Amino acid sequence: MIRVNSKKTPFTFESVEPESGLRAALAMSRADIIGEVGACNLRGRGGAGFPTGTKWNLAAAAKVKAGGTKYIVCNADEGEPGTFKDRVILSEFADMVFEGMTIGARAVGAAVGILYLRSEYVYLRPHLEEVLARRRTNKLLGRDIGGLDGFTFDIHIRMGAGAYVCGEETALIESLEGNRGEPRNRPPFPVDTGFEGQPTVVNNVETFAWVVCILSKSAHWFKSIGTEKSTGYKLFSVSGDCGEPGVYEFPLGITVGELLDKVGGRGAKAVQIGGASGHCVPASEFGRRLAFEDVSTGGSVIVFGPGRDMLEVAQNFMEFFVEESCGQCTPCRAGNAKLLEGVEMLRRGECSTKYLQELLALGGTMQLASKCGLGQSSPNAFVSIVKHFKDEIMGRTLVQ
Amino acid sequence: MLVGQQQRLQDDIRGLVGRFGRHRNALIPVLQELQKAHATISDFAMQVVADELGIHPAEVYGVTSFYAFLRQRERGRFVFRLCGTISCDLAGKSRVARQLENDLGIRFGETSDDGRFGLEWASCLGMCDQGPALLVNDRVYTRVTPEEVHAIIDECKSTFGAHARQAAQA
Repeated sequence: MIRVNSKKTPFTFESVEPESGLRAALAMSRADIIGEVGACNLRGRGGAGFPTGTKWNLAAAAKVKAGGTKYIVCNADEGEPGTFKDRVILSEFADMVFEGMTIGARAVGAAVGILYLRSEYVYLRPHLEEVLARRRTNKLLGRDIGGLDGFTFDIHIRMGAGAYVCGEETALIESLEGNRGEPRNRPPFPVDTGFEGQPTVVNNVETFAWVVCILSKSAHWFKSIGTEKSTGYKLFSVSGDCGEPGVYEFPLGITVGELLDKVGGRGAKAVQIGGASGHCVPASEFGRRLAFEDVSTGGSVIVFGPGRDMLEVAQNFMEFFVEESCGQCTPCRAGNAKLLEGVEMLRRGECSTKYLQELLALGGTMQLASKCGLGQSSPNAFVSIVKHFKDEIMGRTLVQ
Repeated sequence: MLVGQQQRLQDDIRGLVGRFGRHRNALIPVLQELQKAHATISDFAMQVVADELGIHPAEVYGVTSFYAFLRQRERGRFVFRLCGTISCDLAGKSRVARQLENDLGIRFGETSDDGRFGLEWASCLGMCDQGPALLVNDRVYTRVTPEEVHAIIDECKSTFGAHARQAAQA
């Protein structure tokens, strides 16, 4: 097992007694578990921020098709550039993630759990298998879990094969079914028609861990932290030009400036929030809040120091999307390539203002017309960098 | 391909299909294990997998070519994947990249003539707080410096020998 010193603040996860969440859940009715998760307004920690209680409610109400079961899938395909909190959670709090999945299984009535682990994290697998085996021995997985008659649930691990797009839940399901990781049209949603056509809950690693904390400590506790629309704590993966990169736990609603103070990033020129698919926030907007209602993020925070070339940053992100677009829909496949070409023109100082306007309009089309979140969000970084750093990117004379 | 090798490949695939199940869901695990044992997924292997799972070989090809970690041609016993993400960029990745090219004697996207080393970019290795990050097969290296590159390559060379010895003894 690989331990790298990434944890920079104490985590709530450490203070929660092992299995206390599961114990509490097993003493409750299914509706009450979902009620508790819904009441505290926990929103998906992968970045999209969908209310977990609502998702579970829909999956609980959905009917299983003949001969099957419902599924709980843990999305550990942590591929967003600048995100590594799930790696830390899986390394140090794997039991908690599996405990959360088991609570989810109880709540929606699922018998099978799948952890979809990205192939870049394959070195975590032996440790995770060990934890799963121990849970089976301790009757925390398998038949009649926790002595509850008829509650059968087990978890197995499936490896990804190197595709960023598989972090999108329908692409992830396609991958589990042995297909190319091409996102599906929605609806139908996975809660109704997911893996093998069965109701499937797909949640992020961190979301499952918070579920355990909520059931152990109460929805009221969770709701008292953060803002009205973004409750609770969140883990942030901080990297780039700062004194102390690593994983931090902060309440949602913290401002970019406050965060920078704590990570040794004062004097930054800009911060990329939400990874390649997120937004670039310039120093003039460091008062903005990290919350679903302001700058939304799955936790990625990349700090850019004063000397950084923002066009280089934009180019890196666009190269990433050109590589990772699944190629299924035209706005994303062709659009990302055009935007990358545009960034290269800007770097050479060969882009007219009119053409730049056209590129921005193309970005708008991609946001509107792409099939999944990848293409809808891939122009964000480019658009926000052009918007905030026009003085820096236009009319370049130096060939770099 | 020799008949003996073909037979072995076929047997291996049947074994894997037996282990993961004769259905479409088993396709990626079968291909992953097959690659572990045989280094690549050849056209012949794709045909056999398709026959065993009862799907069209084009489907197997589609999947194999889609995923970055599945490969149809030899990429080297040791595949070096340097993280290309912006955080590793800020941490000084480009000099590590250059030194890797110099010490391996190949460019990104290439495989060494002896088939031992491959060099590729990775999208993000999730080690952003301790870049530059490098993944060599299943092993991850963090805060890599250009001076360290040589030692990492040497480590591979010695473990490669060890694998060969272990296999011979087994």
